[in-house]
Amino acid sequence: MIGRRRGPGYWLLAGFFGLFVLFLYGPTLTILVLSFQGPSGGLTFPMNGVSVHWFKNLFEKQMVGDFAGSLQRSMILGVAVMLVTVAASFSAGLAFRSRFKGSAFIFYLAIASLIVPSILISLGIGLLYRVLGWDAAWYSSAFGAHLTWTLPFGLLIMFAVFNRFDRRYEEAARDLGATSWQTIRFVVIPILLPSLIGVGLFGFTLSYDEFARSLYTSGTFNTLPLEIYGMTTNVTTPVLYALGTVTTGVSFLVIALALVSFTWVRRRRQRHGSDAGKAA
Amino acid sequence: MKRVSAWVTYLQVAPLALIFLLFLVVPIATIIVVSFFDYNTTQIIPAFLLQNYEELLLSPVTWATYLQTIQFSIITWAITLVIGFAVAYFLAFEVRSTTWQMVLFLVCTIPFWTSNVIRMISWIPFLGRNGLANMTLMQLGLIREPLEFLLFSNFAVVLTYVHLYTLFMVVPIFNSMMRIDRSLLEAARDAGASSWQTLWTVIVPLCKPGIAIGSIFIVTIVMGDFVTVRMMSGGQSASVSLMMMNAMSLLQYPAAAANAVVLLLLVLFTVAAMMRLVDIRKEL
Repeated sequence: MIGRRRGPGYWLLAGFFGLFVLFLYGPTLTILVLSFQGPSGGLTFPMNGVSVHWFKNLFEKQMVGDFAGSLQRSMILGVAVMLVTVAASFSAGLAFRSRFKGSAFIFYLAIASLIVPSILISLGIGLLYRVLGWDAAWYSSAFGAHLTWTLPFGLLIMFAVFNRFDRRYEEAARDLGATSWQTIRFVVIPILLPSLIGVGLFGFTLSYDEFARSLYTSGTFNTLPLEIYGMTTNVTTPVLYALGTVTTGVSFLVIALALVSFTWVRRRRQRHGSDAGKAA
Repeated sequence: MKRVSAWVTYLQVAPLALIFLLFLVVPIATIIVVSFFDYNTTQIIPAFLLQNYEELLLSPVTWATYLQTIQFSIITWAITLVIGFAVAYFLAFEVRSTTWQMVLFLVCTIPFWTSNVIRMISWIPFLGRNGLANMTLMQLGLIREPLEFLLFSNFAVVLTYVHLYTLFMVVPIFNSMMRIDRSLLEAARDAGASSWQTLWTVIVPLCKPGIAIGSIFIVTIVMGDFVTVRMMSGGQSASVSLMMMNAMSLLQYPAAAANAVVLLLLVLFTVAAMMRLVDIRKEL
């Protein structure tokens, strides 16, 4: 391909790609604009003035539902899921480097966890709690339900990462007298840090946005997606869009945070002249 | 020494295995057990009955709903495959600088990390009766009356599926394409193949694993979906999961469980068929 002129095929595909990106972002941008509707504005264009009325409305207590509470719950849950996902997938990734009895079984469990429809997991956990007479809650049953969604992603990413990891770094550490814990702490984790950040990003955002798996598992108190879903059926003002703007803003903040720390780790490495990470 | 390290390995994998056991295996087993239970209006009664399955499979509504769900899956699959392949092809073969490749890939992936429900809502000002699409078409003089089928219809459902899930097709196909040895393409050209021939006889066959993985994602997600159908069809369409949820809200847990088992079998058979085309562990 290199050195050839751009043919018409390129421009055709580039145009198609542009349309695809517009298709991806267009609607979100529309509600971003509409969330700044004036107080008398409706759900569609035209704009009736510009205001932050609907954002204020969102955080007022008398509004239907409990936005602030559900946002808080989803944040806490997301961080907890993120931490467990990173730790458990990293640790399992280490284990999967050696063949052990049952490794194929656990691998297929992870695949199953990915392909079994979310609503079935939700239903199953809900039923289980009911049969056992336990109360479902966002911090117990929904926490487990979310992990069944984030862990397979984490594990698959760790597989991909360890497949490209140069084991000679570990051997070198061991030859220099490091214990296996020191090897992991001071060699493996620093080299894999960017990937671990990636797994964390998956863990948080997948949990923060998860709807189906929370449905029968979160008990009395709603997580944010459940709250939003409830609002879509009984709110017909632009407050819905304000809600969309705020939650999308949080998602973007988390993504940006992950990207920034990602580049920060890389820069730091370059500055310190280390060759760590070149293998990963 | 050897036994110690085996211990360590099991310890390392234990948290993951335990979570899957408690929150995947046991709940699915519960569904299977409950699907044979008896129930009345207030409670579920342990029993071993086939009645739940009988009622489910003898009802024409069940068959119509399954058919509708399968239809959604096939249509969505076909559209996402074409779009996903084109987008992946552009990224993998037409974008030459690695930095741009990274940036554009990120641009495609970022929406995946935002809320699905919000992304569905965001179609309302677009597709509604007084939405942007209708207004634009009317101003252009292409239509006189607003189109009614844009929002709250099967069209809106499929559009939303494509909007939300095409990424699941792009990523695995892109991954497959990046692994294709570029010298194979040169060899094809040197041997006199046209661009089309290279595409069909070299690139597409080598992308089969990626296509299979993407297809598995799309089909399983659409088969288990209820949020999109509920929100975007305006109550005019049904899906298997929606049917299950209705049974749940009527406290008919065993009936919902039986339906869940049937859906699970359908999904597993579909995936098993597609897995024959690909060894996932080799793809990472």
